[in-house]
Amino acid sequence: MKLTEIARVLDATLLVGEDKLGIDITRCGASDLMSDILAGPSEGSLLLTGLTTLQVIRTASIAGIGVIVFVRGKTAPPEVLELARAGGMPLMSAPHSMFVACGRLHAHGLSGLNGHR
Amino acid sequence: MAGLRKSFFIKARDFVHAGEASIRVQSLLKSIHVDPRLTRRVAVCSYEGEMNVVMHADDGLLSVDIGPDRLVLEVTDPGPGIADVERAMQPGFSTASDELHEMGFGAGMGLPNMKKNADEILIDSKIGQGTRVRMTFLIQEEGKNT
Repeated sequence: MKLTEIARVLDATLLVGEDKLGIDITRCGASDLMSDILAGPSEGSLLLTGLTTLQVIRTASIAGIGVIVFVRGKTAPPEVLELARAGGMPLMSAPHSMFVACGRLHAHGLSGLNGHR
Repeated sequence: MAGLRKSFFIKARDFVHAGEASIRVQSLLKSIHVDPRLTRRVAVCSYEGEMNVVMHADDGLLSVDIGPDRLVLEVTDPGPGIADVERAMQPGFSTASDELHEMGFGAGMGLPNMKKNADEILIDSKIGQGTRVRMTFLIQEEGKNT
């Protein structure tokens, strides 16, 4: 699913990454624990998280995450947005809870990080 | 790839810059066209090791040594040391504070993630003397791929 479609499904606002709207996402992980993101395959995936720290951006970069979506309508401090911009990491903010965001993405065909539905 | 060695200082409790050294290691490997899967494995190990120092140690050093057939990543710190290495290797075991948990750390997956991604890992730790984690990655052969 293209980022534009994901933004529509999640009622999300794009915070960073106007040039990345065409990338295609097939897998998604949801976690507030950074090591969980690093524990398995996550290259090119969508990360749903409630954390908006610098470490989320760095963890996602290390893991090769394709896009980060903040849940519960969170945005991030300017330095976090700047780090994402500098590293080419698209960011979105969705107004829904983690549960609802996961449900919507699953219903629209995304699978887990390991490919399971 | 002929002998290339880089070292990075890691400052304890500095969460503004925590992870920067590993991002630089990752960029370095990308710039010399190391296999992307190997690059990710090294980057994950580097990041977990770096975060361990930031969270638990009194400063530390991260070094990467790239030879023709292997890459060695080493994370060293002067203390306080790991009380029970075997326990620290158990997935989910963590001594991280509530403050660190709130920042998304302390999942208890740091050392297990490092073990999983490195072809070989040696952990030498003594209370009061510090910790040395040495991870080796084979470049020529097909290593572990996660």
